[in-house]
Amino acid sequence: MNMVDAVPLPWVLAVAAGLFCIGLFGALSRRNTVGILLGVELMLNAVNLNLIAFWRYLEPNVVAGQVFALFIITVAAAEAAVGLAMIIAIYRTRLTVNADEVDSLKG
Amino acid sequence: MPDIQIPSIDLGVSLQLLIIFGGAMVLLLADLFSGEGNKRIVGYIALLFVVGAAAAGVPYWDAPRSTFNGMLVLDNFALTLNWIFLLSTAITILISLEYLPRQGIERGEYYALLLFALGGMMLLAQGTDLIVLFLGLELLSITLYVLAGFAYPRLSSEEAAMKYLLIGAFAAGFLVFGIALLYGATGTSSLAGIANKLGSGLAADDVAFMLAGAALVIIGFGYKISMAPFHMWTPDVYEGSPTPVAAFMSVGTKGAGFAALARLLLVALGSQYATWGLILAILAAVTMVIGNVSAVAQTNVKRMLAYSSIGHAGYILMGVLSAGSPAAANRGIEGFLFYLLAYSLTNLGAFAVLIALEQRGEAAWSLDDFAGLWHRQPFLAIAMALCMFSLAGVPPTAGFWGKFYVFTAAWEAGLQWLAVVGVITSAIAAFFYLRIIVQMFMRDPVREISPSLDRNLMIGVGLAALGVIVFGISPTPVIDLVQGSVLALSR
Amino acid sequence: MLSDYLPILVIFLVALFIAVFVIVASGVLGPQRPTKRKLMPYESGMEPIGSAQRRFPIKFNLVAMIFILFDIEVIFFFPYALVYKRLGVFGLIEIGLFMLILLLGFIYIWKKGALEWD
Repeated sequence: MNMVDAVPLPWVLAVAAGLFCIGLFGALSRRNTVGILLGVELMLNAVNLNLIAFWRYLEPNVVAGQVFALFIITVAAAEAAVGLAMIIAIYRTRLTVNADEVDSLKG
Repeated sequence: MPDIQIPSIDLGVSLQLLIIFGGAMVLLLADLFSGEGNKRIVGYIALLFVVGAAAAGVPYWDAPRSTFNGMLVLDNFALTLNWIFLLSTAITILISLEYLPRQGIERGEYYALLLFALGGMMLLAQGTDLIVLFLGLELLSITLYVLAGFAYPRLSSEEAAMKYLLIGAFAAGFLVFGIALLYGATGTSSLAGIANKLGSGLAADDVAFMLAGAALVIIGFGYKISMAPFHMWTPDVYEGSPTPVAAFMSVGTKGAGFAALARLLLVALGSQYATWGLILAILAAVTMVIGNVSAVAQTNVKRMLAYSSIGHAGYILMGVLSAGSPAAANRGIEGFLFYLLAYSLTNLGAFAVLIALEQRGEAAWSLDDFAGLWHRQPFLAIAMALCMFSLAGVPPTAGFWGKFYVFTAAWEAGLQWLAVVGVITSAIAAFFYLRIIVQMFMRDPVREISPSLDRNLMIGVGLAALGVIVFGISPTPVIDLVQGSVLALSR
Repeated sequence: MLSDYLPILVIFLVALFIAVFVIVASGVLGPQRPTKRKLMPYESGMEPIGSAQRRFPIKFNLVAMIFILFDIEVIFFFPYALVYKRLGVFGLIEIGLFMLILLLGFIYIWKKGALEWD
């Protein structure tokens, strides 16, 4: 008995959707920019779970889903690196990491 | 174990991409080994690669082909877009060459990053697989985050970069979630494959997945092309970014985002036009109204251009979505491409004039700074006037033909009300464009500003203004170009 | 179906019980004779050299970031490792190109001085 028979696809998708929503909530509710980035990363990882589940359950012979997940992981890392570098740069000049205190541009 | 079929690889399809990416890596090395304080040479090398890539595309006109298992194509549509992007990047490099040292932010990575972003844009134009589109979009976005913050440690630039990054990463989350759902509903990530699957009918719950996925993907792209209601970041990011970067963003991200959106909507989801057509039409109308009405209240010209670029996103979207209707399939794509070219030249020209007025540490972006420009710098004033006329859509400029094209496309697609909204918002927009012209020609200078006009900037401004007026007076060559570029898409 | 996962649940519960039981029991039953030396943080038998909640140099951030980037990029070697025999020379050239680009990035950060500590 393997996992595909034991756990129906909608359950996996529900977990992924739940993770996505937690990430979305985190990204929207956090003031701390690091927290926002964490939320976004969670959203991307939910997508990975989705992709892998679709690949395993629907098209196990076509690897597009797996490959896509790998690309998302790398892109997420690059995004996080740029984001953290920027947070540090802003912290050095403004001594805050809170998104709502960075608001000199308006109009 | 079955043998792995290695797909035949046609390097010609990716030749332009290879030149640009190879060029970007060469630039990184050139930056390392070139002396401090003379990074201009890196810029000239970048220009060389851009021109080379543009020339390399010529033999592939009218010879559509695809490679990497159909993940990448080079049809006339992609080729025309590539040329528009290459032209925009060339002008951006020209107007940056003296701007960077003047602002004290001359670092060689600038040009390498520009070329990486350009490569991302070209991937978006050529990609026919969701994976490639995602990679292209992220490549473009991540390099632009860095470029937006390039004036580090200037606070506004850092802030623009941070805002752009947070919004962009957020949008990317929506986009990939949508892509994952599309993949789940159809079992394939290739656009043609999705179209096939939709053509042969989906199960009921797969339709739900597909619709949710399409909606999320449109939201994801909506952020990138600053379509209302996902446009809030645009004015802040454009204002804070270094001006050449803002110019590049306003034409680059938009153009590339629309290119990918067009291919996705028309190739993969073409059969679902009945579902997305009206929704996007409403969003396009809202975008035009919000962009142009908010621009009226601005006295900061850079912010005004940012809001106006939101409005223009609405007009371009009008062309793209009209192409979904069988009645205007060709006209819509033609309108989209023509408008994009006209808008790119015009906006780059307008931002270039801003660059000429901008001094180190002092931003001369208020309306007053334009007062009496005609008496001090007739060349700049005429170029700016041409750009403003073109943005407003006054004949005989390229902008007029672009507007004419997208309005007729919407009309033929049976969206007469959308065309009417477009005409009304253009009339509103004319108010703030003409206000600048009045300032330049009819007022006396309010305060002392000595615009710096070096040779490269002059070439950039001249090129943009010349294109605007030449394509306005004799649009036939461009019309031929865009008419040749539609066939590939509406198969 | 789901009942197949019952043993795993049982093991979870048993593990949880043992862990909680041991901690509670040793707290209740064991003799409490604290000395200064016993209350010190355990640092593998070394003398602790100050608080653990110290600030550490921001340079760590740069090194950590570069590490993450190169670490993640290497992810593409894993699928290659699974099929390298079947891909043959073609795969070797492809992965070679990939490594060349990574190497370029490495040269870039090296020359830029991102790896210098001072």
